[in-house]
Amino acid sequence: MVLFIEQALNGLQYGMMLFLMAAGLTLVFGVMGLINLAHGSLYMVGAFACAWVAAATGSFFLGLVASLVAAAVAGALVEVVVIRRLYHRDHLDQVLATFALILVFSEGTRWLFGSFPLYLTLPPVLSGAVMLPGGLQYPLFRLAIIGIGAVVALGLFFLINRTRLGIRIRAGEADREMIAALGVNIERLYTIVFALGAALAGLAGALVGTIQSVQVGMGEPVLILAFVVIIIGGIGSIKGALIGALLVGMTDVLGKALLPGLFARVMVGSDAATVGSALASMLIYILMALVLLVRPQGLYGQRG
Amino acid sequence: MGKGVKGMARETLLTLAILSALLGTVIVAQITGEGFVITLATKVAIFALAGVGLNLALGYGGLVSFGHAAFFGIGGYVTGILASHAGAGTAVTTLPFALMGSNEMLGIWPMAMLAAGAAALLIGALSLRTSGVYFIMVTLAFAQMLFYFAISWPRYGGEDGLSFYVRNSFPGLNTLVPVQYFAICMALLVLALILSAALVRSRFGLALQAARQNEQRAAAVGIRPYALRLVAFVISGMITGLAGSLYADLNRFVSPAMMSWHMSGEIMVFVILGGVGRLAGPVAGAAVFILLEHLLGGVSEYWKALLGLLLLAIVLFAPGGLIGLVLRRDRHV
Amino acid sequence: MKLKSGLMGTIAALVMGLGAAQAEGVKVGMITTLSGGGAGLGVDTRDGFLLALKQAGEAGSKVDLVIEDDQQKPDVAVQIADKMIQSDKVDVLTGIVWSNLAMAVVPSATAQGKFYLSTNAAPSQLAGAGCNARYFAVSYQNDNMHEAAGAYAKGAGIGKVFIMAPNYPAGQDSLAGFKRFYDGEIASEVYTQLGQTDYAAEIAQIRASGAEAVFFFLPGGMGIAFMKQYAASGVGIPLIGPAFSLSQDILPAVGDSALGIKNTSSWSPDLDNAANKTFVDGFQAEYGRLPSLYAAQGYDTANLLLSAVAKADVTDAEAFRAALAAADFASVRGKFRFGPNQHPVQDIYVREVVKVNGVLTNAIVGTAMTDRADAYADQCKM
Repeated sequence: MVLFIEQALNGLQYGMMLFLMAAGLTLVFGVMGLINLAHGSLYMVGAFACAWVAAATGSFFLGLVASLVAAAVAGALVEVVVIRRLYHRDHLDQVLATFALILVFSEGTRWLFGSFPLYLTLPPVLSGAVMLPGGLQYPLFRLAIIGIGAVVALGLFFLINRTRLGIRIRAGEADREMIAALGVNIERLYTIVFALGAALAGLAGALVGTIQSVQVGMGEPVLILAFVVIIIGGIGSIKGALIGALLVGMTDVLGKALLPGLFARVMVGSDAATVGSALASMLIYILMALVLLVRPQGLYGQRG
Repeated sequence: MGKGVKGMARETLLTLAILSALLGTVIVAQITGEGFVITLATKVAIFALAGVGLNLALGYGGLVSFGHAAFFGIGGYVTGILASHAGAGTAVTTLPFALMGSNEMLGIWPMAMLAAGAAALLIGALSLRTSGVYFIMVTLAFAQMLFYFAISWPRYGGEDGLSFYVRNSFPGLNTLVPVQYFAICMALLVLALILSAALVRSRFGLALQAARQNEQRAAAVGIRPYALRLVAFVISGMITGLAGSLYADLNRFVSPAMMSWHMSGEIMVFVILGGVGRLAGPVAGAAVFILLEHLLGGVSEYWKALLGLLLLAIVLFAPGGLIGLVLRRDRHV
Repeated sequence: MKLKSGLMGTIAALVMGLGAAQAEGVKVGMITTLSGGGAGLGVDTRDGFLLALKQAGEAGSKVDLVIEDDQQKPDVAVQIADKMIQSDKVDVLTGIVWSNLAMAVVPSATAQGKFYLSTNAAPSQLAGAGCNARYFAVSYQNDNMHEAAGAYAKGAGIGKVFIMAPNYPAGQDSLAGFKRFYDGEIASEVYTQLGQTDYAAEIAQIRASGAEAVFFFLPGGMGIAFMKQYAASGVGIPLIGPAFSLSQDILPAVGDSALGIKNTSSWSPDLDNAANKTFVDGFQAEYGRLPSLYAAQGYDTANLLLSAVAKADVTDAEAFRAALAAADFASVRGKFRFGPNQHPVQDIYVREVVKVNGVLTNAIVGTAMTDRADAYADQCKM
């Protein structure tokens, strides 16, 4: 039972991290109609910025701030220089241009930081494990990630539902021409939304980079999962991104933890465990296919 | 359609010129004994073939598939699995019928295409329920699903991939001689180009393009886009699957990397670099890609950054790709 | 110009093929991992190899070396090998760190008549029935360090062990090797993904397993990620590893939580012999860091190669093979010889992670196995 709770917490933490990635992706698509493959590169930029600043200043928290700032700046820059020209193009051009951006970002980072992975050290306040009720020890930093994810989710809901910027974002999603006609500086709005999404991705990169390692190409596997999340949740919906991220995180971690054992129990033969683990690694894609069968626009999607 | 007879003739000429250049390179390399150049040219032919497959769906059908590596990989794995069983003298499966391994290319190709086509039918049937950006991501996600399956299924090597040391055989040829293997790949590429040209000009092809350009109008004249697109997607997957089979034989090795999303992206790059919806687009694109990889790859490890900048420039300033640049005419939309 | 040099090359190759001895020297292709999570291993392999060439002076310049990065991807390694054989016309290949890459490259390279000297990976498939006259493992056989760890765990009276390795040939060899000499209870046997970076799920399983110790084989970045996360998890079950999990490329990133962990190795920086002293001092002077096991193996491989080049011409395959098999060089591991399957026969030590002058490193605390060959030698028909 304790094992199950620990795995569920792992799933929750994974889901929260995916949410930070997916939120930006889904916002950018919802408001600008743009598919951005380079979102994973912004995740990587955040992680490298955090590692570099933390090493230079000795402060992990400054590193976290740097990850937000660096990713936001990189995002804004990319938006102004490249992305802006793509809003009126078809999705094929967007995919290709942002794929090209991944190559530029990855090799640029390799040029700046080399091919060696970087490692971050946690400050004593955040390292080690805490005792949870029920006698379970759990790493403090992973709990912190869950907390940060929850705070960001609340903040985003507040931003979109309660602020002027949020009203404009929602208006932009509903009718792009209309909002421009109302005198809102649409170019600036787009840059802000893009930078906001980038900052969240950068934060996710810094947090995950701290647990694992900071290296070139780290954003790519996460990017694909974030796509799965927003397909399941419905493109453009923050709420969908949150629900989708938690579903994917839980399904993946619990599937990998439980399926091999489950198969070994109901199936005979040495193949049981491998069938189980093969199935577990495909589980989230099966989940996605099922959602698509029932609701092609995703759980909370608007468009068909 | 938008292009005049003259434009068509010029494009055909250009296609022939590009193919002749590839052939000429190999002839020179054969005379000078540069075996590796022939291997590179073979790679160009194979990647071009994969691109020809994708071009059918993407260029003419307007289906932006970001998961064609799945079909490339399936073609490769069918080849690897059949070859490894033939090497060990065991059956691949005995249920529902006995299927023995094979190291005959003529037997392997249809199997590879069949398997890739079946996968394309399943993936296409589901994915075509969506459109636009959903379609891109859904095809990507399905390819990832197969990628992870290949990684976690240990029987055929899982993460490590599968080696089969000796290239499969073709009657009358020694496939281990680089130039002979190149001839096989080149012949298949030319066949695929002819098939693709014929298909595009057929009633099927015209209807497919009509559906891409204006779905409502096409529907008004009785074209059912879903079925059309599904057929195009399946043919497209089969051609790319054949390319995968050839690629497996080139390296005598298959691994999940053949199904990775980088591969999907690269196949897409071949098509777009050359020119979307252009017959010889994938050939030009693959040739330039391999050339860049080889020339710049030797100079700096960072050649992919340059490739990225080139791609950006093409997308932003020359959406017709290289062929479009030469013919000075954008893709007719 | 390219065409002309190609023509000359062909003519030269034809002439040589007719039996004229090649100008003495050897062309070597090194395929190793220089980017990504496994880069530390490849860089050390390369640097150790280069150091040996440099220290050899005049003799070292006879080795014409091309180096390429395999990115730890088997498909890339296969293509580099093709290029090195067809375009660079190398005589000898070396440098591969990972067993899955070795399995993709070595059989086809030896089938094309090239020598392969392994600086690290030595999967069981190539030690037994798949052994080859042109393939030498200079490092060890994959199971060796793990066998030694099993022997050590048994000797230390540990009753129940949780064992874990990545799911690839060396990982399977690893756990098989551990179990060959350990006869206590296995709490659980877990295979992780190669290149995995998050071990939360496995750590939860370890916590719940009730094991007395954890044996883990996680080389490179995997080991770093695991040990950092393990230290943060509060699970206090002691760790045991083969040298790969605690080698010099890993220790600085893991930090003090690695102190005291026992690991098994065929080499250690404090091993007391003249060759090792020259190597460790030379390496520190040249690169400003302590060498790892991979550097030691790269260094030994280069010295073995040099000893063979001095005795025989690589175009005379039989003589060159005999010269390699004699292992007539001063190994940093002290005594060293090849068994009948051209894998090492050597001692395996138990080391402990210690801190010397503020730097984490390993020190020998005992010997786990003496003159250990491997479990597959009798299946090799050569």
